[in-house]
Amino acid sequence: MRHAITLRIGPATFRIGSAWRQPIAELGRLYATYPDMDGAIADFTVRLQPTSLARRWVRPSIFITGDHGLADAAPMSLAHGLLAAEMGMNLQMALGWRRHLLLHASSVEKDGRVLVMTGESGSGKSTLAALLGERGWRFMGDEFALLDMDSGAILPFPRLVSLKNRAIDVVTQAVGVARMGPLLAATAKGDIRHMVPRGDAVARMGEGGMPALLLFPRFGHDAAVRPVGQGEIFMRLTQASTNYVALGEPAFTALTRFVANVPARAIDFPSGDDAIAMVDRLWEQLA
Amino acid sequence: MSAALLVRTLRDPASAGTLDADGWNRLLAAARAERLIGTLAYRLEGVALPDAVRPILDDARRDSGREAQQALWEADRAGQALRGLDVKLVLLKGAAYVAADLRAGQGRFIGDLDILVPRDAMPAVERALIAAGWEWVKEDPYDDAYYRRWMHELPPMIHVERDRMIDVHHTILPLTARQTPDAAAMIADAVHITDGLYILSVEDRIVHSVAHMFADGDMQGGLRNLWDIYCLLPDADPMALAARATRHGLVPHVRQAQRLAGAIYGSGAGLTLWDKLVRARLLARDGWGRESRKLLVFAFFVRSHWLRMPPLMLARHLLIKWRKGHRPQ
Repeated sequence: MRHAITLRIGPATFRIGSAWRQPIAELGRLYATYPDMDGAIADFTVRLQPTSLARRWVRPSIFITGDHGLADAAPMSLAHGLLAAEMGMNLQMALGWRRHLLLHASSVEKDGRVLVMTGESGSGKSTLAALLGERGWRFMGDEFALLDMDSGAILPFPRLVSLKNRAIDVVTQAVGVARMGPLLAATAKGDIRHMVPRGDAVARMGEGGMPALLLFPRFGHDAAVRPVGQGEIFMRLTQASTNYVALGEPAFTALTRFVANVPARAIDFPSGDDAIAMVDRLWEQLA
Repeated sequence: MSAALLVRTLRDPASAGTLDADGWNRLLAAARAERLIGTLAYRLEGVALPDAVRPILDDARRDSGREAQQALWEADRAGQALRGLDVKLVLLKGAAYVAADLRAGQGRFIGDLDILVPRDAMPAVERALIAAGWEWVKEDPYDDAYYRRWMHELPPMIHVERDRMIDVHHTILPLTARQTPDAAAMIADAVHITDGLYILSVEDRIVHSVAHMFADGDMQGGLRNLWDIYCLLPDADPMALAARATRHGLVPHVRQAQRLAGAIYGSGAGLTLWDKLVRARLLARDGWGRESRKLLVFAFFVRSHWLRMPPLMLARHLLIKWRKGHRPQ
């Protein structure tokens, strides 16, 4: 394709091709501190191509696809090209990654042990991971936590953090505008802005840790902590995994071990500061 | 053309030793797009591979192993559902190759379960499958009526719990096609493999695969179909195959498949001008996994419809599909 870049995030290498310059240029700027993978053999190919011949030039419209794709993927405006590239990489992982059990979760690490946070989009797991990553934790990822099925460790997938709507201002104030990507206004998920993780998150992206605490965060409610039964945890994690079925028995064994060994709580919180105080307290008590 | 690189590597796995990183990226993208990555992984066993390639091919082998296991389970479930009917259940395509442990099944991508049953047993088969948990996928009444009136198979069904599709064939080609292979003869000569399940005879397996590739369809996924045929051919006696092709009215198609399989995957064969056009269509895939040669691909799309139905009927069908918002890819 006309424009291309190769990126490595955690254990996965992506070759991203685009009919337009802009998405590749934005990736190049925001992933500048990641390893230089120019000319490497990639695990996945991502393509950002026009939805039709005319749509390359006239009101450009991106169809996101690659080695793995969805025929009915919604087209995206070129103004949201960076988001399209990120979605393209996520799509390859979600549909094609087999070397670890994928959990749709954010994760951070301290003293070699890992806090995993899982929840629906809007639960606050990305924002919480981003904020913790600025306060003494190592950021490991805001989208996928990779569970190693042999060792039981969680491995990082520290791509750009995708912040939405109100979280954008909160995190921009905390990290400064230099580490923020362009504001992508009015996407299908509202306003989105990407944040570059801290240098330690990128430098140590090959380094995992054993999971020590699992949280189910929920933003926008009065502060509360609830226990969660192991059966419910298991079911919620299978639903939060895109490759659990494809991996078969090893995934069942690994997830069973994870659920049996890792303490878990559901937490509700009204603000980021409340959430961080709750996380610190629970980490002290349980991890 | 990266499809050319893909077929060269399938033909001569040792040639992968000379690939640079860009070559590997193009090869892997083409293999995935043609759904031949599992086959490629098996072909490259024993070849020295770059570190970055090995895990990709290990994943592909594991995926195809799981697909084979799932296909056998679906076949078993379909067999169970039809047990009381006294109907010969013939497995087709991927599930058959895996069930009989044929070379064509090694690493093969398997999507839906395809089965062939006698046409007069269709109402009973349909009832038995619905009772066992399969349900219709298409809601559109035009599509449903179209399938039932003109196609060689029922509209696709999906199992409500296992989320797996089944295609129930009662004939080999659409009822509107020019050739009319003898499905009853295929069922009569089917080979018993296990537990009430059958597969087609050696010759019919080839004729069936050829019929779908060359007398129907637009050659989407054609490289994989031709690989199937290439793997199936050595099992058949050439005389018996020719006799069977005559019986089914597909002599020119079988001969063309033999030439193309030899030229693309084997040790070479003389090609006619028409063969060369088909080969150009089959190899229309670039290094990013995109379909290339758009005009040629579109011409084959048009041809597939031309083969399937008479002109007036085709015009009416395309008009209805267009109004429903369907566009060729």
